[in-house]
Amino acid sequence: MDDLITFFSFSDPNIRYVVFGSILLAASSAIVGCFTLLKKKALVGDAVAHSVLPGVCMAFLFTGTKNISFLICGAFFTGWMSLLLIDYIVAHSKIKKDAAIGLVLSVFFGIGIVLLTFIQQSGNASQSGLDSFIFGKAAALVGSDLITFGLIAIILLIVVSVFFKSLTLVSFDENFAKSLGFPVRGLDMLLTTLTVLAVVTGITAVGVVLMAAMLITPGAAARYWTDNIRTMVIIAAIFGAISGILGAYISYVAPSMPTGPWMVVASSFIALVSFFLAPKKGILAKWVSNNRNKTIMREENTLKAFFHLGERDGDFTVPRSMAILANKRRMGEKQLRKSLVTLRSKGFVQEAEGHWMLTETGMQNAARIIKLHRLWELYLTNYMHIAPDHVHDDAETIEHIITPEIENELELLLGYPGNDPHKQKIPRL
Amino acid sequence: MNEDITDPILEVHDLTVSYSRKPVLWDIDFSLPKGCIAGIIGPNGAGKSTLIKSIMGVIPSSSGYIKVFGQTLDAVRGRVSYVPQRESVDWDFPASVLDVVLMGRYGKLGLLKNTNKQDKKIALECLEKVGLQDYTKRQISQLSGGQQQRVFLARALAQEADLYLMDEPFAGVDAATEKAIIEILRDMASNNKTIIVVHHDLQSVVNYFDWVILINMRLVASGPTQEVFNNKLIQEAYGGKLTLLTEIGNILEKREIPPREK
Repeated sequence: MDDLITFFSFSDPNIRYVVFGSILLAASSAIVGCFTLLKKKALVGDAVAHSVLPGVCMAFLFTGTKNISFLICGAFFTGWMSLLLIDYIVAHSKIKKDAAIGLVLSVFFGIGIVLLTFIQQSGNASQSGLDSFIFGKAAALVGSDLITFGLIAIILLIVVSVFFKSLTLVSFDENFAKSLGFPVRGLDMLLTTLTVLAVVTGITAVGVVLMAAMLITPGAAARYWTDNIRTMVIIAAIFGAISGILGAYISYVAPSMPTGPWMVVASSFIALVSFFLAPKKGILAKWVSNNRNKTIMREENTLKAFFHLGERDGDFTVPRSMAILANKRRMGEKQLRKSLVTLRSKGFVQEAEGHWMLTETGMQNAARIIKLHRLWELYLTNYMHIAPDHVHDDAETIEHIITPEIENELELLLGYPGNDPHKQKIPRL
Repeated sequence: MNEDITDPILEVHDLTVSYSRKPVLWDIDFSLPKGCIAGIIGPNGAGKSTLIKSIMGVIPSSSGYIKVFGQTLDAVRGRVSYVPQRESVDWDFPASVLDVVLMGRYGKLGLLKNTNKQDKKIALECLEKVGLQDYTKRQISQLSGGQQQRVFLARALAQEADLYLMDEPFAGVDAATEKAIIEILRDMASNNKTIIVVHHDLQSVVNYFDWVILINMRLVASGPTQEVFNNKLIQEAYGGKLTLLTEIGNILEKREIPPREK
């Protein structure tokens, strides 16, 4: 608890650096990641992230210091080189893009690890901490780093907002952008540069291995909550920032914990929550609407059972027992009871001594569903020339979804028919 | 046959286009008069989409030149509009109908400027012309195929161009949309706009187009519909597959020889 208070009061300058650093880099990589995601270049981000490691190591070897600006330059260099190499391989060999990405990613990362091992064994005193580039260590952030990150993040934000319209256009419709004379290739390079920048900023805290997750996950999660690209970018930035804070906090409380993986765990958790709980697109929302459909169908089928029984006996007012109704629709007793209770609350049926019967409005509704069923059967036989004995199963589903407008159209088209293809009467309301 | 025109709105001269060294269009020559609705007709793989893509500079050509309004395309881009195939984009993109139509204004705005009220007004007018005024805020994936095609048409209208190149605007649309689209095209043509449409339904050619460009990897014919759209030339475009052309193309691709000596 004390930890929590100390941490979120931000009184310790070190904590301030770590938190703001993490927020800045997580948010800026999330913003850039939205476009990477929409351009379907998520894997490319992963390749860049892995490919910056040899650059970082080389910069350290050449300069002998852990100055962040040099390291960023090195990272930038190999990050870009990996992208050019991927393009070159795709253009000049039989290797396809996915294989080229995999190839470049592993080769660059392998070289990076070799260099890192070499540095560690050379016993250079200031190398300590360089290996945190693999999994990241936000706790290693100091004040001067924060200024560098802050600058990069601000540059990223400015560039993205200035080119927002153009980046959106090329992400959606590249050919159209070309036809307008937009510099599509230049904008591609711009996005790639931004990706490299975001990766380079992120690796200190997140590490090269998991950087791609910080690019892609917040955007993918944000997509569940909105259909507007501006909102999506903002939500992604917020999600990124939240995971940044969480990752920093956990590695503060438990110093042996690496920051990057925890950031990724946090943002994956957010993505999972979005996946399940987002309105409309989430699994839960879909499940609920599916269930609602099923319930409505069950209720309508129950009404139909009353109508069919009434039709058979020529009397719609006879109260029916549960057993007879269940037998008619082949429905479970429990489900039937549930449907009946809901129908009663809607005023469609009434109960007396364990027997159920339709009310006046219930009768109206039952007749309408029967009517839709038979209209659809007639439409299928008349207009699609489907044999009368094949149309029933189709109509069983369609009867539940026909809107009043389609109902009117059907009636008009069929000339207000009296009977369905099975010579059964179509009820008039 | 190839009808020559004085003062053409579009002139394609000796155009050859290749995909990875394999020519898919050979030495295409044709020109178009102002104010016509022209159909580019040919079998699958004839290079219809490739032709308009290379006219628009979306894909590079190996040789030849194109003149629009007597100038190079770059000089007159603002007066030319391109409608890509509907399937060429991901409709699950987080954009509304209005967002997409506003993209039609981007050419006039350039790289950095943002859309303003006037652009929005024009976009809304264009949406009304295609009958989608009630769908402006709808996310584009929630539209039917026909409605999506109309969104693309509205975006093209928002460009306020003089020459329109449309890739299969009638593909996968319902009958009502097809009728609505052809009405709009006719209306545009009567306002002196020129429209080129990639089309594959031979049934409707006579009805829709006053100019026909028959191609099958090479130009078979270009001219007014009643002169060009006859059995003999249709036969030539659809039946007479020039297998040698394909074979030579394959050899060029395999031996990595550029279609033109440098």
